[in-house]
Amino acid sequence: MNAISTSLHQPDAANTPPEKAPGSRYTILDRKAPRLSHYLAHWEALLALLLVAVFVGNSVFLPNFFDTYNLADSTFNFSEKALIALPMALLIICREIDISVSGTLALSSVAMGFAHHHGVPPAGLLFVALAMGAVCGSLNGVLVTRFALPSIVVTIGTVALFRGLASVILGDQAYTGYPQLLIDWGQGYFFDIIPRPFVILLAFAVLFAVLLHATSWGRRIFAIGSNPMAARFSGVAVDRYRFALFVLTGAMAGLAAWLLTGRIGSTRPNIAMGWELEVITMVILGGVSIAGGKGSIGGVMLAVLLLGMVTYGLALLNIPGVIMTIVVGILLLITIALPRLLNRKQTKK
Amino acid sequence: MHYLKQREVQLALLIVLLAGAVGLRAPVFLTTGSLGNLLTDSTLLIMLALTQMFVIVTRGIDLSVASNLALSGMMAALLAVNYPDLPLGLVMLVAVLIGLLLGLVNGYLIGYLDLPPIVVTLGTMSVYRGLVFVLSGGAWVSSHQMPANFIAFPLSHLFGVTHLVWIAAAAIIVTWLLARYTRFGRDLYAIGNQPLAARYVGISTARRLFWTYGLSGMMAGLCGYLWVARYAVAYSEIAYGFEFTVIAACVIGGISIAGGAGTVAGAVLGALFLSVINNALPIIKVSPFWQSALTGIVILTAVLINARGNKKAGRQILPLAMLQPSSRSAA
Repeated sequence: MNAISTSLHQPDAANTPPEKAPGSRYTILDRKAPRLSHYLAHWEALLALLLVAVFVGNSVFLPNFFDTYNLADSTFNFSEKALIALPMALLIICREIDISVSGTLALSSVAMGFAHHHGVPPAGLLFVALAMGAVCGSLNGVLVTRFALPSIVVTIGTVALFRGLASVILGDQAYTGYPQLLIDWGQGYFFDIIPRPFVILLAFAVLFAVLLHATSWGRRIFAIGSNPMAARFSGVAVDRYRFALFVLTGAMAGLAAWLLTGRIGSTRPNIAMGWELEVITMVILGGVSIAGGKGSIGGVMLAVLLLGMVTYGLALLNIPGVIMTIVVGILLLITIALPRLLNRKQTKK
Repeated sequence: MHYLKQREVQLALLIVLLAGAVGLRAPVFLTTGSLGNLLTDSTLLIMLALTQMFVIVTRGIDLSVASNLALSGMMAALLAVNYPDLPLGLVMLVAVLIGLLLGLVNGYLIGYLDLPPIVVTLGTMSVYRGLVFVLSGGAWVSSHQMPANFIAFPLSHLFGVTHLVWIAAAAIIVTWLLARYTRFGRDLYAIGNQPLAARYVGISTARRLFWTYGLSGMMAGLCGYLWVARYAVAYSEIAYGFEFTVIAACVIGGISIAGGAGTVAGAVLGALFLSVINNALPIIKVSPFWQSALTGIVILTAVLINARGNKKAGRQILPLAMLQPSSRSAA
């Protein structure tokens, strides 16, 4: 269906071809001069405007919103999720998806608790979490690449497996009594004001943005997402990229587990329940196309901040978190439906 | 021997074997009472898997079924509590209609606006789940508030089995007829196999998808009432995460997530298989904490087996699997 609608969207310039260079069979069009409307048509610009609107609106109407400490603390709510959203964006751009991230997170947290109670020093727990996450991710990766299975089915299976293993190890108990180091990173601040998880998130956002938008590695992810066959014929090791992205996603879920466990100070069976859908919502709201090949880390980060500011505003208004799920759901539906409704006449049914 | 090669027959044999093996360990599993319980327990999953099958056959996915179930169930419960004199049939009809309406919202967005099913149903899933909370104010509706006949209906017996089993049996027959012998059902397979070709031969894809998701919602609405009445409680978290169990049942039943392939028998057997495992675990004294992990292993095994059946022989330089339509490219 996409093939039809894109073929209908021929660029306007094709109707009036400019003068050909003498002796050339090809015409190379001039790059269009950028205009303001051009920038506004970008998803990221709309998100940024929306973010500014929410920020200003909240600051005007909510007396405690524009308080540096409150604002800084509000980032705790989304930093861990956003850390998973970054690699998830890469996966979705690559036409894959990982439903199992919350299971990976739970299992990594359990592995940390298990290691801690068996004498692993506090500094080693980070590596336990990362390793567990990477192992979970590589299981997904092997099943998707080696056996050519659809990732959505594989990860629906592995989320049950990972969460199940976590609850087998935990039973009806919970791991508590984590070392101070973990708590320092999970709920601590730099310079007494900036939460550490948020700083980690920003550092990783920059890293992922460079990786995706400024390296050939990142360009190839777009190539795979746009057309896996063509990418394979162009010599891109498609399956190696897919595998690497699944491992990366698992490891980032492990990092999120490390921070989350430090923040809440315990590992319970229902840790991070339902996060996979919140993370995917962040990514899609950030303008990443579920059909692959399109998206940016900037968009994802804007979506993360937008959702964070809306949640924070609603929390100040004492509105229960469940209402937030309605807001997020409607936001998601509007963002995907609106462009389609506006372009209704151009796409033929 | 020809029949033995069919996936559904193999799965049915596997279920019988599994039940037999559990019966050897714990003979109580094979008593009529226990098997009756098993059937009753599996009905809701079977019914939801049936309509989810139609959705998956069209290359779609409906993640919102569990939230839809919770919302229609909660509405039915509130209706019955606030107007205890309403006839039960009317309450059920309301639940079904609410479910249908919620499903048609999905159908409109996916069919007529041509939006990716996974994103749309992800969105409506959050919205519907949130609405349950808004509607109930976060409070539970418990059994002593509900009218007696409201609770009694699903587990009442008729000719030896519960009403739930009869309803599920009727649902199986209706969906089987729909899938095999109606134009609607055949069109869905055509859409799933090759959407472009389906459009060229004149199938109104948008209208078909609209009603497919409507059907899925309708079933979720019916199951919403049945769930709330069977467990005699309604709260905002009912059936939380059940959408994945439903999809897992379909996957185990050999319904291809890439669309175009799947049978009613497969959906029923996949759901039965999961129910047998879940009911057998406590009987053979395996810790219930293993349930989720085992479900995961079963799903992965099932997809691995199904994928192997589809694999073509011969050496390949380029993986031909990429040539096959994947679920994501459809989404």
